[in-house]
Amino acid sequence: MKTLIKNGKVYDSKNGLNGKYDILIEGNKIFEINKEIKNQGSKVIDAEGKIIIPALIDMHTHLREPGFEEKETVKTGCEAAAAGGFSAVAAMPNTKPIADNPAVVEHLKLKSEKAAVRVYPIGSITQDSKGEVLSEIGTLAKTGVKVLSDDGNPVMNSEIMRRAMEYASAFDLPIIDHCEDKNLSQDGVMHEGYYSTIFGLKGIPAAAEDIMVARDIVLAEMTGIHLHIAHLSTEGSLNLVKDAKDRGVNVTFEVTPHHLLLTDKEVGDYNPDTKVHPPLRSERDKNILVEALKAGEIDVLATDHAPHTFEDKLGEFDYAAFGISGLETALSLLYHNFIKAEIIDWDDLLRMYYYNPGEILNIESEGLKQGARADLLIFNPDREWTVEKNKFKSKGKNTPFAGQKLSGKNELTFVGGKLVYDDRGGKNEILY
Amino acid sequence: MSLKRKDFLGLYNVSKEEINQILDTAIAMKDILTRTVKKVPTLRGKTVINLFYEPSTRTKFSFNLAAKRLSADVMSISKSSSSIAKGESLLDTAKTMEVMGADVVVIRHSAPGAAKFLAENISASVLNAGDGAHAHPTQALLDIYSIKEKLGQVAGLKVLIVGDIAHSRVARSNIWGLNKLGAEVAVAGPQTLIPREIEKMGVKVYSDLDQALENVDVVNILRIQMERQESGLFPSIREYREIYGMNAERLERIGKKAMIMHPGPMNRGIEIESSVADSSQSVITEQVKNGVAIRMALLYLLAGREIDNENLN
Repeated sequence: MKTLIKNGKVYDSKNGLNGKYDILIEGNKIFEINKEIKNQGSKVIDAEGKIIIPALIDMHTHLREPGFEEKETVKTGCEAAAAGGFSAVAAMPNTKPIADNPAVVEHLKLKSEKAAVRVYPIGSITQDSKGEVLSEIGTLAKTGVKVLSDDGNPVMNSEIMRRAMEYASAFDLPIIDHCEDKNLSQDGVMHEGYYSTIFGLKGIPAAAEDIMVARDIVLAEMTGIHLHIAHLSTEGSLNLVKDAKDRGVNVTFEVTPHHLLLTDKEVGDYNPDTKVHPPLRSERDKNILVEALKAGEIDVLATDHAPHTFEDKLGEFDYAAFGISGLETALSLLYHNFIKAEIIDWDDLLRMYYYNPGEILNIESEGLKQGARADLLIFNPDREWTVEKNKFKSKGKNTPFAGQKLSGKNELTFVGGKLVYDDRGGKNEILY
Repeated sequence: MSLKRKDFLGLYNVSKEEINQILDTAIAMKDILTRTVKKVPTLRGKTVINLFYEPSTRTKFSFNLAAKRLSADVMSISKSSSSIAKGESLLDTAKTMEVMGADVVVIRHSAPGAAKFLAENISASVLNAGDGAHAHPTQALLDIYSIKEKLGQVAGLKVLIVGDIAHSRVARSNIWGLNKLGAEVAVAGPQTLIPREIEKMGVKVYSDLDQALENVDVVNILRIQMERQESGLFPSIREYREIYGMNAERLERIGKKAMIMHPGPMNRGIEIESSVADSSQSVITEQVKNGVAIRMALLYLLAGREIDNENLN
């Protein structure tokens, strides 16, 4: 089965591509990329006016299965990823049970075999993510786990974190940390500042994040492990990471689209869909993150896709669950606000949302070239659309971007040569 | 005459004119309370439901009495917040009230924004009787009423709020309301109980009470919760009393013209000495009376929304 994509504008300067090319897919691979490829019995897709890039890799996703299937399943989460233009996601281990042993990891792998995109399981740092006893990290590595994290239940005990880093370094596994000093954040529900004061909501100070980022950097420096900071959201954390990088510490970090676009002011009418960890920060923090984006300082973009049920988000802000369903809005939000606005270009996006995550997860990410796996997306930059959460493939309809008008949308996603998502003419179809 | 709004949730987005309208209406209501027959038929046939998810004696009693003085049918439901895990329960309770024909639902809840959530989900008027640390508009209005009654005006007065500002809905609502009417508002308390960036609300912040008391016209003293000390926000009750307690000596210093308020219930001998609470400058008992008048005014103005409409038809 051959597919010939004609006349698309292809961006992937790592592979020397920036302009109009035809791409021929055969089986699961890219067979040829050329200025003009003659059709010899292939299925042809006309991509005139469209943009073609490698499909993205989201290294921070909560698929919720097993244990929270009412929020998301591997199937629905991967469909959401396919719709959003991703070919792969890394699944956080805070399921029930926690992915701290081979059985849970194997279960996830089995479930992922039939899913729309590839799933890379993240193993937990500690057993049951309780921050007390190390998980069987060596065994997890053998099962195919590429990175470790106790996302959602950060390791508070510095001694345990130190030992985890030392132990994991033997297996060459990076540690992703959700940096939050639980003693400082307590039962806070939003960023601490003017808006938490006037809304009367319990605040989470920026210091709760900064302190753990600082601790982790010190421990990473000591142990030499690759530390990856999840969803960095404050000016202080950014400065700490930049300083550490200058000293040569092996640290990378990710930023979510929502922290680049929204602030604590958005909590405004107690909208539970704006409740997220780390919280939407101040205008100043947001602007500084956008500056970092512009300056090419951000390593990775990731959704922290955290789907919840309608009921989880219904009612009083204090009781609502934390999290934003992000897979199906990320690319358009980034295009609409940053690429179209010429703050970054497509190659910047690929660096942060394909090459770097691929490298950190230690997975194949060769981009668009002959012989490489055919993971790509076709993006329509002229498509104007409105975020309708009820059309999400994800079970999680919890988005603060509902109703926003965006320009530019992913219309076709290929994973391993297979067309898994088609939204031409608003079909919004999963095909696999 | 009525308010041009379905709900009354806080003073943040209420205009100066609306505040004055409520205060003026309350004068008439207070007059009713001094008569021998303290009841008028104004809200006959209207149903007021008091939905209290937090323990409250005074506010609930005050709302009950206010509704009864206006001849509304009134019911009170008390639930402990701890027994509610999720919002659905509030929503379902609210919908039940609605089908039972409530015209006004008065809600007290520990979660900030709970009143707003309720207001969005029912067609009855919602009156916020305190939601977490967010707002307590009727308390602020009765405080403002008491100031105006005693000192004749609000504009230009220096009002100091003392104590646990961080957890206080009373402080927040007072700040919005007083600022709208042109008062000069300051807060004083331990820095651990002053919320971040509160100065952006348009208040001066003091950590030295004696400095804050210079030239004040009104001192509003907040109740200090013992659990704040237990959770490490200040070292001891003894030290709190010494540094932030309103005592006879401080009362003496602010002079005879300044007035003393407290939203109650008081911890006598801690944040306020009995000699201060019972002094001639204190309006603490008058505040309670004014509370009924303010709540009557608001119930009338909210339920009056429909009375007006019916008259038009």
